[in-house]
Amino acid sequence: MSTISHDHDDVLGDLMRGSLDHCVKCTICEQYCPVSAVTPLFPGPKYAGPQSERFRTDEASVDHSVDYCSGCGICTQVCPQGVHIAEINSRARAKMKNDDGVPLRDRIITRSEILGRLGTPVAPLANATLRSRPLRAVGERLLGIHRDAPVPAFAGRTLRAWGKKHVASVPTTDRVVFFYGCGADYYEPRLGEMAVEVLEHNGFAVDMPKQGCCGLPLQSSGLFDDARRYVRKLAHNLAPSVRSGAHIVAVSTSCALMLKREAIEILGLEDDAELRLVSGRVRDICEFLVDLHDDGRLRTDFSPVEASVVYHAPCQQQGHGIGKPALELFGLIDGLKVVESESRCCGIAGTYGLKREKYDIAMAVGKPLFDQIRDVAPGLVACDSETCRWQIHKASGVTSVHPVEILHRAYGLGDDPGGSGINGHS
Amino acid sequence: MKPDVIVVGGGMSGLAAGVGLAEAGASVLVLAKGAGSLQLAPGTIDLLGYAGERVASPLSAITALAERDPGHPYALLGADVVADAARWLTSRMADGPLAPYRYVGSPEENMLLPTAIGVPRPSALVPETMGAGDLRQGGRMVVVGFRGMKDFHPALIADNLTRATGGAMEVRATQIDPPPALDGEPGTMRLARALGRPGAAEALATRLATVARDDEVLALPAVLSIGDPHGVWETLQRSAGRPVCEIPTLPPSVPGLRLFDTLRTLLRRAGGRLVTGSYVVGFKGSGDRMEALRVHVSGGERIYATRWVVLATGGVSSGGLALDADWRMRETALGLDVAGVPAPRQPRFSPRYLDDHPLGRAGVAADRDLRPLDARGQRRWENVLVVGAALGGAEPWREKSGEGIALASGHRAAQLILGAERSVSDSAATKVAQPIA
Repeated sequence: MSTISHDHDDVLGDLMRGSLDHCVKCTICEQYCPVSAVTPLFPGPKYAGPQSERFRTDEASVDHSVDYCSGCGICTQVCPQGVHIAEINSRARAKMKNDDGVPLRDRIITRSEILGRLGTPVAPLANATLRSRPLRAVGERLLGIHRDAPVPAFAGRTLRAWGKKHVASVPTTDRVVFFYGCGADYYEPRLGEMAVEVLEHNGFAVDMPKQGCCGLPLQSSGLFDDARRYVRKLAHNLAPSVRSGAHIVAVSTSCALMLKREAIEILGLEDDAELRLVSGRVRDICEFLVDLHDDGRLRTDFSPVEASVVYHAPCQQQGHGIGKPALELFGLIDGLKVVESESRCCGIAGTYGLKREKYDIAMAVGKPLFDQIRDVAPGLVACDSETCRWQIHKASGVTSVHPVEILHRAYGLGDDPGGSGINGHS
Repeated sequence: MKPDVIVVGGGMSGLAAGVGLAEAGASVLVLAKGAGSLQLAPGTIDLLGYAGERVASPLSAITALAERDPGHPYALLGADVVADAARWLTSRMADGPLAPYRYVGSPEENMLLPTAIGVPRPSALVPETMGAGDLRQGGRMVVVGFRGMKDFHPALIADNLTRATGGAMEVRATQIDPPPALDGEPGTMRLARALGRPGAAEALATRLATVARDDEVLALPAVLSIGDPHGVWETLQRSAGRPVCEIPTLPPSVPGLRLFDTLRTLLRRAGGRLVTGSYVVGFKGSGDRMEALRVHVSGGERIYATRWVVLATGGVSSGGLALDADWRMRETALGLDVAGVPAPRQPRFSPRYLDDHPLGRAGVAADRDLRPLDARGQRRWENVLVVGAALGGAEPWREKSGEGIALASGHRAAQLILGAERSVSDSAATKVAQPIA
């Protein structure tokens, strides 16, 4: 059974919680919350956050509405007073789960690394199971995983294994560490390869040291102790490379945000020296490439890409506070027609939309985005987060790729976007 | 990619500057801590409501104010800039994503519009959906509320308006059930979303027809949809056969959100970028030029190099200014000097909210080119312009001048920067041309 730390060493936690005193009840978070906009089950970030938090004690709460917060973090992003609304709500949700017990489902779907290890060797069987309507119906009844929710297909191989055999094409002394995350490792290894090839094309030697799950799915489901163990181990694995001066470049924007900020702020790991060290050196891959461009170091030998693409910046990507670097990179490619998504969230929020009782909410949150994609009718959607891509693909039917896949094609490095081997399943 | 201009702040002044610059071809990056303050405001542009007495004609009152009070932001800007900025905003709304939703009114005269507590409020430019509420016309009005909606009490509004207009307006109150499409309790945002759904306006019109009397203006809370206010408003007026007006609500403000969405969309259309969740913690500069801003982002700090900085961070309520326990007031983003702060242990506040507070006009002092002045009154930075509520010398809450100062100074900052860039490129062109000649 996991426990929540309420000890007095949790200084940052006190600061996070204390930020509720800055709330002036302006309601901007209520205007932007995508979940309360579509369901009365979640009363909104201000109510569930700064207001309810004052009444939360060590005893179990009778109010369970915070469970319907998807953790997208938009409330924190839009708050003009710097209240850490999403972080306060994450902690409250974790305490609630701790008091009430965590469903078996949440213990299973949050172990992305274990699922990946189990599913990879038996990928055809596992994928057939995930595609089987009757079995999904059973899964919904027994486990509470919605039968229509987008689940990725196992690639049947790992990026890790490819990395061990991969020989860099360009000898160089500039090194970066590629943090691929469970998504690229078990489900989208081709995306990981493309990211490595794009980095190598720009003159970097790419290291892939032993890594592991960042713990984000566990954190979102309130399993804080387990999440801490994972993220500490990951930071420990990455720290030696950082000490030698390398940046850590991530292809999963939400896992990157976990390392940059969320593990420190939500899990209260501000005193973990290795995590702090790693945190300051993590870069989302599009952020890293735009930085290279600003330094005049990005190769711009892009061939035209005649395609129309809707770009959706996921809520987790917006949590970085770096704008939309993918759009700047797309601007370097001739022929590419980019339509920016009008929406802030596709609804899935990691594992939220997989859950039986939340599936309809997640689909309603994402509806304006799916409608826009249908209206624009592009051949392609680009999005920085894997679970969002799976959700968008499932809901709209349009192939959804990471921005790096489009760069990879524009560099003339290989096959078409959409060839990363994940879409068309689920 | 290095922007020509970084605007710090995403409220009225920052977006007015950002849109004006981006539409003229400058590359603009707007950095905002949160979503900005526009959606808290009623969405009207109040230029000058009170100068001692209630103001009937803002432009002439601004000219008089500028002569009387040379430290006031309007004295730096002048009435012509205010009029120009008002015309600019009206034209941008008409080209915006919500068109034909537009702004009506004139900087030459103030309307008097009802507030959510029934006080007549002088306002110059207002959404078309509010214009019919002008109390100067007299006559009859019915304030229609939705049962269960918090913070909107038709009887309170009606009683106060009747009293405040000395009986020139006869105002009564009534309540109707919220629209059936409503999902959850009747809050401002839920009502606005419900009224934006297909058929919702027609259904509401049918209900309104049963409560309206022949010669009444129908006044509703400002929830006539987020995305199609013109369509909903027109439908109601046509079906009810009566003028319909929106009364701004307590926050959240739907008309404020519409204004914000419009400006944000115009910025994006013109190639400007808006980055939220980041805040400025310092700068790099030498001499009188600021070269880059240090910005806090997740996991650390980023450096944004730029040629121009527009400081649009707002006043104390937005965190642009902060007063510490040692009586020092700071401008929080760039550390500019703040003028108008009483000396330690001198009175800072007066007992009543709407009194003249000794601290009330504190803010950054600027010259006519909106460049910040240091404590000795000298221009501190050549490429930094200060706009909006960060400027000292005004008391917007007493004057009802906040949006006007923000809009006019933001608009002016864009003009000043574009003018300076033009003269630089002209002189560069001259230099190139000379050898040939």
